[in-house]
Amino acid sequence: MVEDTRCEVSTAREDILQRVRAAIGKQAADEPVERDYRQTPSLSEGEKIDLFIDRLHDYNAQVYRCGPGEEAATIAEALAARGKTRILIPPGFPAHLLPTGPTFVPDTQLDYREIDATEGALTAATAAIAMTGSLILTHSETEGRRALTLIPDYHLCMVYTNQLVETVPEGLRALGGRRTSPVTTIAGPSATADIEMTRVKGVHGPRVLDVIIVAV
Amino acid sequence: MSIRVGESAQAATFPKAAKKLLQNTQLRRNVRRATDTIRGKRAKVVDEMPDWQALRTAGQQIKKRTLRNLDSYLVQFEKACTAAGGKVHWARDADEANAIIIGIIQSHGQKEVIKVKTMTSDETRLNHALEAVGIEPYETDLADLIIQLGHDKPSHIVVPALHKNKSEIRQIFMDTMGLKELGHAPEDLAAAARNFLRERFLRVKVGFSGANFAVAETGSVCVVESEGNGRMCVTLPDVLITMFGVEKIVPSFDDLEVFLQLLPRSATGERMNPYNSIWTGVTPGDGPKEFHVVLLDNGRTKVLADEESRETLHCIRCAACLNACPVYRQTGGHAYGSIYSGPIGAILTPQLQGMEHSTSLPYASSLCGACYEVCPVKINIPEILIHLRRKIVESGGAALTERMGMAVAGYTLADSSRLGKAQKLVQLGRQPLDAIGLPGWSAARDLPTIPTQTFREWWKTRGAK
Repeated sequence: MVEDTRCEVSTAREDILQRVRAAIGKQAADEPVERDYRQTPSLSEGEKIDLFIDRLHDYNAQVYRCGPGEEAATIAEALAARGKTRILIPPGFPAHLLPTGPTFVPDTQLDYREIDATEGALTAATAAIAMTGSLILTHSETEGRRALTLIPDYHLCMVYTNQLVETVPEGLRALGGRRTSPVTTIAGPSATADIEMTRVKGVHGPRVLDVIIVAV
Repeated sequence: MSIRVGESAQAATFPKAAKKLLQNTQLRRNVRRATDTIRGKRAKVVDEMPDWQALRTAGQQIKKRTLRNLDSYLVQFEKACTAAGGKVHWARDADEANAIIIGIIQSHGQKEVIKVKTMTSDETRLNHALEAVGIEPYETDLADLIIQLGHDKPSHIVVPALHKNKSEIRQIFMDTMGLKELGHAPEDLAAAARNFLRERFLRVKVGFSGANFAVAETGSVCVVESEGNGRMCVTLPDVLITMFGVEKIVPSFDDLEVFLQLLPRSATGERMNPYNSIWTGVTPGDGPKEFHVVLLDNGRTKVLADEESRETLHCIRCAACLNACPVYRQTGGHAYGSIYSGPIGAILTPQLQGMEHSTSLPYASSLCGACYEVCPVKINIPEILIHLRRKIVESGGAALTERMGMAVAGYTLADSSRLGKAQKLVQLGRQPLDAIGLPGWSAARDLPTIPTQTFREWWKTRGAK
């Protein structure tokens, strides 16, 4: 069955490419693209962080700020505020940043149903965009595979101020060589506006998102 | 070859369907309320962008570049996606696409598939084809779930169940999910959907998605969504099948920075939608083990061939033109008899499936230009509507009165003495014309009042003074 389909597909490929070529003619040439939109920052460092926090609040995310070396205490504070005691972490999450008290379970390729039974996940991020309040994950060893921050109902994400950019173009370019890893951008908890265009927080993704901004 | 756009070939003509829908006051209230809300939100987040026009221009030019070199970008995408572990299939039309997808699902012995909202699969009527061979498709987007459970049809490109209000949705959920109790708040309805679908997300082995963008340079695919159902469908199943129209390609990864700004602000009036998933082939230890792409033509190369309306293929399916359109806002989407409704539907549907099946659609517009103004990639919809109307008239598809009228007008206006004589004639015939009207033309239009004096007569008397 699959073999038959493949045979047909290769003919379809030639047909479609031939139709495209006939449609666009031989004149095919590079069309210029003017990129006159904003691609560089315009805010001061402080303004950028304030804007990011403002956007996160807009999405009802709880925001914590701390200095270097205060990560563990802030993680403990955030988890306590939500009453979380057992949290998943990516296998490469730095152990020295973890507080004592809550149980941290490394995701060593757990079954999806096991992940579904946990209280939440704690991860790092690759970058963040102030203008849109976006966190960008490329699912590295400190961010975990995609399922980790998708199935549980709670996501606590830690981002450093030197990972924060102002605009969307800067955010995507910050991915560098990691752009062909799986990329997820997250702007607030999952939501829908499908019922009378009212934004309802929390459908299938985590219903609660908290963010820790660590000053560098 | 059979090109199908949903069920539209059998749909009633626009004026007939619209007339019926205009009598449904509940539906009109729902549509007006929802479109007012999105329009307001969109205007607010677009106004705060000083570089909005520059983004629109870049979006338009990137799409233009893509189409002018589409063959090489498709091949480049195929190569990059394959190198990253994906399998690329090509489908000339809806039936071919559906057969490929069914083949993949059956080769894994599976009977279920979880789907994230995709217009393209509505276009090919994939669900219908799957059900016919005993495969059960589960729609997971909240609005699509409402449509599927309520045996309804989508009426909007982005918010397909926009014609339903919350009490109607509640009733559908209670009837179909076997719930004895359910709250009335949107939050309660969203929670019901979460519970209903969670087990399916964890169980079903095959996922299906469309794509908002596909990057030729890297072979990456991008899905833009809000609920997390998209992330579930592209992450949890063992096998992922993604189908999109050939025009969804963008040349470079950097091009996403333009569209990921244009799309959310235009579509839902958000600065950024909650989730974007971008993936490239297969990643060991993270997500599906097998990834298939189905590149769909289904009439798109035909649209590409007409230089005057080619830019129809720039569309990124944001639906801003629907929300802005004074016609759509009165009738809702069902009147268009196509899954692609509103101004973009009025130009896309006839071109995809052939003008003969939808001659009334290019007339479903007052040519006010609101659609062009809000279009994030600057598709000149009014101009394309006129172009399509001309094609319909030339192929004999328009009413006889209109064709004769236009021919006579052409002859008369070409010569000033003919015009003078004609004007005299019209003045003489004014009263009888008012009485009988023009069959087929004046049914939906008022005939203009004919003045007692022509401009040229007035000019002469003015000169004499």
